[in-house]
Formats: sequence, structure tokens, C-alpha cells
Amino acid sequence: MKIPILRLERILLVSIQVDLTDNDAMQFQSDLVEQVAEIEALGVAIDITALDVVDSYMARVINDTASMVRLLGAESVICGVQPFVALTLVEMGRDLLGADCAFNLGQGLEILRTRIATRGDTRLSEDENV
Amino acid sequence: MRMSELPPAQIPLHETADVVTARRAARELCEQLGFGKADQTRLATAVSELTRNVIQYANHGECVIENRSTATHRCIWVQVRDQGAGIANLEQALTDGYSTSGGLGAGLPGTRRLVDQFHIESTPQGTCITIVLTKPL
Ligand SMILES: Nc1ncnc2c1ncn2[C@@H]1O[C@H](COP(=O)(O)OP(=O)(O)OP(=O)(O)O)[C@@H](O)[C@H]1O
Ligand SMILES: [Mg+2]
Repeated sequence: MKIPILRLERILLVSIQVDLTDNDAMQFQSDLVEQVAEIEALGVAIDITALDVVDSYMARVINDTASMVRLLGAESVICGVQPFVALTLVEMGRDLLGADCAFNLGQGLEILRTRIATRGDTRLSEDENV
Repeated sequence: MRMSELPPAQIPLHETADVVTARRAARELCEQLGFGKADQTRLATAVSELTRNVIQYANHGECVIENRSTATHRCIWVQVRDQGAGIANLEQALTDGYSTSGGLGAGLPGTRRLVDQFHIESTPQGTCITIVLTKPL
């Protein structure tokens, strides 16, 4: 099971559409991190609208993926956590899912663009000073 | 066929794909018996945690899912058991953040909070965990 990663200029979009086994989840994590490094992505949006179970293992994979992406220098946002998934995660234990979240892919993209633009501005002003 | 006559599901656990099969079966029965979305998600998540532990720590085992509804209550009974090495210190294993595998250590304590009844037995010959979800009709 391979999860398609879409590229929109230097933003990567991933929509998880199937119930992942643990092996699929690890594969997804390494594929994504590899692509982020390869194209020096500025941002990554991961859509999990279709996931009706996020257990502690999946929560860890999502957190770790977001941290890795950040360490490489890209922004990341998790989109579309289902209300009952959120409820269950909070009941299981606070802070299981530690990544930044957005309601949906559209809002996620907006957040990414704003953050990237802020970073871009810094670079631009540095350039102007040269 | 009446709901109460549905045969129990017995799912062998050998590989990570079986975790997906087990949690889906749990959700399906939950839905058939008229539990709400929140309960469906709680039970599916609990079953996911317990069956993964079996694969991770005992290699294989099985998951039994039964409809134990009565005239007054909807009730789902799930037992996840294995013949692995068992859990040496139950109190520790049920503590948030305790993990021998670098996990979040949220599986057992989290599952306990998601269900109405939680019972665990573990010896060096294996582990057997029973969880129950009930709701008045
Ligand atoms: N079926 C089992 N057989 C043997 N040991 C087990 C079993 N289930 C759990 N354990 C032990 O209990 C500990 C706690 O389990 P728990 O599911 O809470 O956390 P975890 O599996 O380590 O991490 P997480 O579930 O958050 O990914 C495990 O690290 C393991 O040592
Ligand atoms: Mg576990």
C-alpha cells in the first residue's frame, strides 16, 4: 500500500485515504521525509479526514513525521482530524497528538502559505540589504 | 436473524494487518447494535491497542468479539489473549507513559479509560484482557 504524495510547487500534499497497517504507516513516514528532503519542500499538509481510528501508534507516527519534517526545515500541518477521533484521543490521554492541526486541507494550505510567506519576507529583506 | 444470534467473531492475530481486521469487526458490531459514533470509535481504538500489543509483545494470539446484549442493555464483550511471556509488572504497564518498546505507553492506560469494564490477567504463560462496552437500550 503506497500513499500518493502530490506536489504543488514546493508544498507536498498527502491525503491518507485508507486504513493503514503499522507497516504502511512506517513506509509512508519514510517516503514523505525522503521527498521533503529531495525537493527541499517548504511545507507539508497531511490530510487524515478518512482515518476513523488514530490509536497511540498512529499518533506517534504522525507526531514523529511532523517533527522530522520540521527538523528538515519545512512547515507541517495535520488536516481533518475527525471529531470522534479527537474525542477518543483526549479521553485516552492528553497531548497524544502534538502536531499542528487544521480543519481541512484548504485551511491547512492557507496556514502553510502564511507561514512560508513570513519566512519568505525575512529572506527578501535580507536580500534588499545586500 | 436477531442481533443476539449473531455468532461471535474470532479473529486470529498473526500480523499487523490483523489489527486492522479486528478493529473493523469491533466497529461493525458496535454500529449494528446501535452504539453511537463516539462509542464505535472508542471500541475500535481500544481493540486496535490491545491487538497491536499482542503482535508486538507476544507475536500471536486471538481476539474474540461477542454481542452480550440483554433485554435492557446493549453490550459488547471483547477478549484479546495471547500465550506470550506476559507482563511482569501490571501496575507499571497500566501507568501512562510506561513502555518497554519506546512507544508512547498510552495503549493500556488509554484503553482502560475508553471502556466501561477492563479486566487484565497476565502470567508468564500469557496475557488475557477483557473489555466491555455497555449502554442502556
Ligand atoms: N500482550 C502483552 N504481552 C506482553 N507484554 C505486554 C502486552 N501488552 C503490553 N505489554 C507490556 O506493557 C507495556 C505497556 O503497554 P502499552 O500498550 O500501554 O504501551 P506500549 O505498547 O509500550 O506503547 P503504545 O501502546 O503507546 O504504542 C508494553 O511496553 C509491554 O512491555
Ligand atoms: Mg501498546
